[in-house]
Amino acid sequence: MKKSIIECKDVYFQYEHSTVLEEITLEVKEGEFWALIGPNGSGKSTLISIILGIKNPDKGIVKLFGENVDSFRQRERIGYVSQKSNSFNSGFPATVLEVVKSGLTGKVGLFKAFSKQDEQRAMEALRIVKMDAFSTKNIGELSGGQQQRVFIARALVGKPDLLIMDEPTVGIDQKNVASFYSMLNGLNREHGIAILLVTHEIDLVTDLATHVACLNRSIHFHGRKADYKNMDDEDISNWYGHPVRRVHADREGV
Amino acid sequence: MISALLTYEFLQNAFLSGLIIGIIAPLLGLFIVVRRLALIADALSHVALAGIAGSLFLSQSVLFFSALNPVYLGIATAVGGSLLIEKLRGAYKHFEELAIPIILSAGIGFGAIFISLAKGFSSDLMGYLFGSVSAVSRQDLWIIVLVAIIVIAYIRLFYKELFALSFDGEYAKISGVNGKVIQTVFMIIVALVIGASMRIVGILLVSSLMTIPVAAAIQLAKSFKGAMLYSIIIGELSVIIGLFSAYYLDIAPGGTIVITSIIILLAVLGWNKVKGKQRSRNVKGEFA
Repeated sequence: MKKSIIECKDVYFQYEHSTVLEEITLEVKEGEFWALIGPNGSGKSTLISIILGIKNPDKGIVKLFGENVDSFRQRERIGYVSQKSNSFNSGFPATVLEVVKSGLTGKVGLFKAFSKQDEQRAMEALRIVKMDAFSTKNIGELSGGQQQRVFIARALVGKPDLLIMDEPTVGIDQKNVASFYSMLNGLNREHGIAILLVTHEIDLVTDLATHVACLNRSIHFHGRKADYKNMDDEDISNWYGHPVRRVHADREGV
Repeated sequence: MISALLTYEFLQNAFLSGLIIGIIAPLLGLFIVVRRLALIADALSHVALAGIAGSLFLSQSVLFFSALNPVYLGIATAVGGSLLIEKLRGAYKHFEELAIPIILSAGIGFGAIFISLAKGFSSDLMGYLFGSVSAVSRQDLWIIVLVAIIVIAYIRLFYKELFALSFDGEYAKISGVNGKVIQTVFMIIVALVIGASMRIVGILLVSSLMTIPVAAAIQLAKSFKGAMLYSIIIGELSVIIGLFSAYYLDIAPGGTIVITSIIILLAVLGWNKVKGKQRSRNVKGEFA
């Protein structure tokens, strides 16, 4: 049986007296590719913060790899790419390799310097995202899409079992989005990394994902992609809050 | 100056402490600048002023303080100020930068009160404000050596954590870096460096030695390690040229050191501009 990686049970979260999340129950198992979709302000990023342990839920249980999120210490098992990754200070004097290596900080532990092996690991992560030729470049000199690949390499360098991404295509050139998603597909299928991808590009992502969760304060749908595809556009429009028509990649040739 | 250096102990003290500060001030300064906290050094140096002025004032009436090196109270108040800034940053979550002017004002306020309460230490105070070649004692030098050992050990032990926190604090915390402890220790160490440097560069100019060499270095470097190396080289150059000119022109070394670093910064900016123009000419040439 597949092991559980993320488990949210009956999670509630309030922000200044308004309920942001209610009754959230969600389970992600190893090797699965989940798309967490929902309109702006639906609580997607808040849920991610709760899963990562940055925010504490008002009620409910969150477990990572079977362990309570508060006591979870094997942080290197999770790779995270935030929505804000590429809004960093572009004048920061750091090379691509230095940034990727920084993803190993927690794993290497206190009082130890990076070893040659750590450097090789960083280069390997850069090869996966096809950015190894840029390792000595200054991070600020790259395009938005290239920077995002570097941040994915930073998330991958610790060889995580789970990759959480919060709208990673924000700031990426539209023509590079398809190749970005096909890279994610490869990470999931070839490297067996479970992925939880937050997005509002519902049509593109659901073609890649194995599972879909629809969130708008509470979970409106949670299950296999095939079942999601069988839903009416009208049902989706109802929870999404405005009319939605899904365009699938096979039809659009993405 | 070389023969004078070999003869006079005060010159040796000034020169050695200058060389050490030329390394540690820009080294720490790099981490301050990349986190956009350049004004913290200013705030803490003004808090150190309150400590120095307080110690000089108390030394006129309290026997204990008359025997105490004012640098100690300066360092102690700067460390206290650094902890207060951290606390205040927590209190003003949405206006974290407010903590800096609040502490800076408190420092100047107390400093002004102590200076006006006590009379007759204006010449001493000038040395603390703008630095002095002749004022560095052997004891001051030993304090600086001790602070330098602490700074270098800290940066060596926590380099990767400091880099991760500076580049992306949120990510560092998610990946298991204990940012709070490292940040608090960092602030204490910044305060120590300010306290130790003020004898030679002066309270009003100590923050410049932490930021200006770094400002020039980040114009030149592609990597973080490169920026670190350039910061130290520029810091050392500024101190050496500054101290020599202060000695020969008989002026405060704080001024000459800082103005030297400004001249280096301007040269670097000019060089980058010329290089940028050259590059765009080359690119145009390729398309022509």
